[in-house]
Amino acid sequence: MSRLDELKTSIKAELPGLDCVIGWQAGFDPLHNTPLFMRSTEDVDRLAWGPLNVHNCANYLPALRGRKVGIVVKGCDSRSVAELIQEKLIDRDNLVIFGMPCSKVVDLSKVGIVLEKAGTGLGQVKEVTIGADEIVVTVPGNSFPLKMADVAADKCLGCQFPNAVLVDRFFGDPLPSATDAGVKPPDPAGFDAMAPSERIAFWKFHLERCIRCYACRNACPLCVCRDHCLAGSREPHWISQENTIKEKLFFQVAHTVHLAGRCTECGECQRACPMDIPILALKRHMSSVIRDLFDYQAGTDPLAVPPLLFFRAEEKNIDEGGL
Amino acid sequence: MAREKFLPRDRISDWLGALGRERRLFVPRKEGGSIVLRPFRSGEEGLFGVDLTGSAKTVIFPACQELFSYGQTKDRENPESTLLKLYPSISAEPTAVFGIRPCNAKGFNVFDRVYLGERFPDPYYQSARENTVFVTLACERVDNTCFCNWVGGGPDDTSGSDVLMTPVRGGFVAEAISGKGAVLLDTPLMGMAEGELAEAEAVRAKAKKDLGPAPEMDLIMESIRGLFDDLRFWEHVSDKCISCGACTYLCPTCYCFNISDEAYGLTGRRLRSWDTCMSFQFTLEASGHNPRPTKAHRLRNRIGHKFGYFPALHCASPACCGCGRCIRNCPAGVDIREILLEAIGHAKGLDREVANE
Repeated sequence: MSRLDELKTSIKAELPGLDCVIGWQAGFDPLHNTPLFMRSTEDVDRLAWGPLNVHNCANYLPALRGRKVGIVVKGCDSRSVAELIQEKLIDRDNLVIFGMPCSKVVDLSKVGIVLEKAGTGLGQVKEVTIGADEIVVTVPGNSFPLKMADVAADKCLGCQFPNAVLVDRFFGDPLPSATDAGVKPPDPAGFDAMAPSERIAFWKFHLERCIRCYACRNACPLCVCRDHCLAGSREPHWISQENTIKEKLFFQVAHTVHLAGRCTECGECQRACPMDIPILALKRHMSSVIRDLFDYQAGTDPLAVPPLLFFRAEEKNIDEGGL
Repeated sequence: MAREKFLPRDRISDWLGALGRERRLFVPRKEGGSIVLRPFRSGEEGLFGVDLTGSAKTVIFPACQELFSYGQTKDRENPESTLLKLYPSISAEPTAVFGIRPCNAKGFNVFDRVYLGERFPDPYYQSARENTVFVTLACERVDNTCFCNWVGGGPDDTSGSDVLMTPVRGGFVAEAISGKGAVLLDTPLMGMAEGELAEAEAVRAKAKKDLGPAPEMDLIMESIRGLFDDLRFWEHVSDKCISCGACTYLCPTCYCFNISDEAYGLTGRRLRSWDTCMSFQFTLEASGHNPRPTKAHRLRNRIGHKFGYFPALHCASPACCGCGRCIRNCPAGVDIREILLEAIGHAKGLDREVANE
């Protein structure tokens, strides 16, 4: 029995006691998987596992609070689950977590760049074959073997948590961590090296095309204000309707600050952005600040209290004596 | 219509340059990972055969538009009264948009029914619409998310275009669809199309064939409207929706807006900005009551509006151009085609149940 079959069998066994189990299934074309809400054994038969399971289904959990549900997680998704539990936004007792070791997911934008260079595009993909270290993407008249190292999501390249940090049923042999805690994750946008003026120029260029759909916000599993976001508030009128970079950047900074010490860098904000704006750079930067100040990584220990959710008279890494 | 012209590939930049001298000209450009409409730069070739990430509706119906500004002055003699002056801000510069797909331009037909209706024509929309020409490129290739033929369109649909250009070897065959479009083709840069006509026809025929047959859509309006009270159906199809506004803001036919007064002391501006029925705030009432409290209610509205209520008001014509933007850009992979087919199947199933009773 394959690992996936074992997982399916396990979900089927648990399903009668659960409202639903959230996972993934094949989507509208061979390159796209899509979240799956399993309620019957036929649904479970459609469950897929692999590098196309790009979504972080932890996003759905807060809205299902009060019901007993299951969720299938990658390592990174499990950090969001842990963080939601840490913040008491979901109940551990009402959750069954299923996991398998994850060896990277695909960044479809990167696949798109390769295909566009060859004169074709994501919309032309007719077949996808998934191998151990590569995926082969076929369009009419051509096939592209793509190394996972080249098309994996940036978050996967230095992945510390290929296995779930919190799990009830785990199938397969745990994978080794790609990097140890403390090693700096990749900085694809080159954001860290930029001077403040360059950063502003970077955001001015990229946010020009932001359409303020707030997919970044809604795809974020830790963005839990949901229907009561400051961006939708008219009284007080925090954010103007004016379609300016100032307003867009204001929201992105508010989002980042609100996620300080909570963001697990799952990258859903950036993946969800229909305009391909590299907004994860802001959150990555904030996470590195949090790491330096508090020696803390969000969503790695369900029993830990996030650093900005409690007060300590003296912080080890913050020298307040000079004030 | 006028006979087709031929524009050699090496003259496209000159032609765009000529268009751009007399009006604002927008062309598709790659920016970051997406394709956006930007003002033409001299010498630019434009991008061909690509689809804008967003839609060209931004040109006629911007994401945010000032309707008027205002200022209040206090009356020294009568301190209780203030004089309010309004400064309307309708401007309509002659504008051309080059290189969008026919379905994108077709989307304006949906807008026109609402914004150019007899009872309440919208002057802002009207002035922009009248001053804008759309030069579309017939699709050579069909994407996995294309479904224009489900909603009465096609890769060479002309119903929203002023000029339709078909790519052929060595250039483009250009056909004037409207009088406004014919003016653009009156240029020494183009000759009459001759031998290229057959090739253009073949390009268009191939794209149509690649689209494949459209499913039977006759029952869609009744099916969608019949499902209004079946909230379980809408809960099921909206399970994975994350309630963002990507689908509606990218959509060439979504036309809903919000109005805000942005005040700065005694002066201010009234702004019209895109709104999205996927948002909780869209129908939130002042009392706190919300008739569409869940994402199921809201997705029901989006699909219902496009395929149920709008067609009921407007000659059975759906408020959808089949461009597929909402499918390919949905962060959660919600596929409107799947929902439509499920709705039709559901209605047929109910019919059978009734017949069997």
